[in-house]
This record gives sequence, C-alpha cells and structure tokens, in this order.
Amino acid sequence: MHVPDGFLDAPTSLATGAVAVAGVAIALRGARRELDDRTAPIAGLVATFVFAGQMVNFPVAGGTSGHLLGGALAAVLAGPFTAVLCLSVVLLVQALLMADGGITALGTNVTLLALVAVVVGWLGFRAAQTVLPKRLASVPPAAAFGALVSVPAAAVAFTGLYALGGTAPIPLDTLLTAMLGWHTLIGIGETVITGFVVGGVVAVRPDLVYGARRVLATRELEIRTPQDPAGATS
Amino acid sequence: MKRFLVVGLAVSFLLAGIVSYYASAHPDGLERVAEQVGFADTAEDSTTADGPFADYSVTGVDDDRLSGGLAGIVGAATVLVLAGGLTWALRRRTASGASADSGASADSGADHGGD
Repeated sequence: MHVPDGFLDAPTSLATGAVAVAGVAIALRGARRELDDRTAPIAGLVATFVFAGQMVNFPVAGGTSGHLLGGALAAVLAGPFTAVLCLSVVLLVQALLMADGGITALGTNVTLLALVAVVVGWLGFRAAQTVLPKRLASVPPAAAFGALVSVPAAAVAFTGLYALGGTAPIPLDTLLTAMLGWHTLIGIGETVITGFVVGGVVAVRPDLVYGARRVLATRELEIRTPQDPAGATS
Repeated sequence: MKRFLVVGLAVSFLLAGIVSYYASAHPDGLERVAEQVGFADTAEDSTTADGPFADYSVTGVDDDRLSGGLAGIVGAATVLVLAGGLTWALRRRTASGASADSGASADSGADHGGD
C-alpha cells in the first residue's frame, strides 16, 4: 500500500509530512522506555524482517496481490513506539533506495503504515488481550487480531486523505468500498503471517516478545535472584 | 539470544534475497484500486526512479533473479544498519552495565580514555 507521488496534492502531502515528523518525534521519546541492551538488537531484526516480508507479495484474488505491512507484528514483537521507528526506517529505505513509495508521499506513507497501522495494530492487540485468557498462548491470536484490523484501518485512512487532497475527482463511496474490499482480503494474509511469526517467536523465545511481558511478569519475578541490591529498583 | 538473532536475520535475508523472486507480480491492493476506480494515471515516477536499486533491481544486472535478490539484500542490510543503529543508540543503559562500570572503576583509566 505504498502511495506514489501524484496521488495526493501538495498541501495534503505537507500536512501528512508534519504528522509523520510529529509521530516519529513522539516515537523517539517513547522508544527509549522500550529499548535496552536486549531488545534493541531485536528491534533491528524486526525492521529487517518487515522490509523482507514486504518484498514477498502474495496473491489474493482476481489478479491482485498484497504484502505484509508489519505494523501489528512489529508492535507486538518490539513495542509500539519502537515499531513506529522500525516501519519509518523501512519506508525511508524503500522510498530512497527502491523508489517504492513516492518522495513527496513519504510523509503520507509514514502516516498510513508507520503510524495508523502500528497504532491500530497495537490497540487491536491490547483489546484482544483483555478479552482472551491471560496466557502466553493468547499472545499470537491477539497479535493476529491486531494485524487483521490494522490493514483496513490504513485503507480507510488513505481514503480519508484522498477525500482531503486527492488529485482526481473520485466518488468517495466508490473509493472507500474498493479500498476496504481489497484490503480486508489482504488483511487476512497479514493476519496469517503475523499469527505464525509471533507464534514462532513466542514458542522459542517468549521473553523477547514485548507484547508477552505482562503475561510473563509473574514468572520472571520467580526466576530472578537478587544478587545486586542496587539494581533491585529496576 | 545470539542464535535467535542469527536465525532471524538468516530468514529475513533469505526472504529478501531469494524468496522475493517468487513473489506475486500482480498489482497490490492500492494499485488495483487506482486502476479500478480510475486514478492510476495520476501516479508520478519517483525522483529516485533512476537510482541503482530502483524497483528492487540492480542497474546493469540483467539476470532477474540475481538483480532482484541483490537489491533485496542491499535494502535489507541498509534497514538493519539504520534501524539497528537507531534503536541501539536510543536504548536504556541497563543497571548491569552501570554496575560493571563501577566495578571496573577501581583500576581507572578506561572511562577517561576518550577525553
């Protein structure tokens, strides 16, 4: 869902650029709380995996393909603020190096894929977590649900931006129906990939999954032995 | 931890370098919608469209498999360096690291070497 140059007019592109800068600035602050010696390398891996995953388009229907967006996946694995940074780096490299997504549209793409998809994916994950049993086994399906809602959310957000500053006179209901239709299908692929990847990581290293921390908290307290009295507050 | 990172990166580079060749070449959701609804022709070529790795292919490499695979690996490596570097720079320095420093301060020196 990379928006090329030309789809949105200059004022809208400037506005999404400002939103993107503000969002990344907030994420830079928030990510400090999520990142430490252990999780920072995982964040680098998550960004690399999302870039790679976005290259592998899967067919959905009727000669149309989709690919992983990775917003929910990155948020659950690395934390929501860190995920915004991961997706922003992916989009920057894609725009500058691969000419995938426009340069004037970079702010739009960061807004849609690094902000909307990550935030909605994370909120969907947290909402599912409150409903599902508080077990480690609930983390992958909750992540899958976050993924499921994140893709149509980004599609709706694009439609909203097009309503503000689309360069062609397109009836909005037609656009919304088409965007939601295709991206609900693509969202199913997103759901499957996210569920399997998070499930795989939870199976081998649940301690590295940001979204599993709440579930693991009690267990971790039992394992740790107080060797360093000064470090007890951390 | 190290093993997890190595396996994860191996999977990522395998996807970017080899599996991507088998990706569906059909238009993606947004491209499809733009064609269907009728605004596909408003898309403009990116200013980076003439770059050496534009459209996930390496300029001058004729073999599609090699060209796409190399571009994928270059892109994935760039993301790894940028995202890994950024998150590493932002990370909280852990208490264990601080206590290791205070333990080493007895034989002084190391911290002041950079002055």
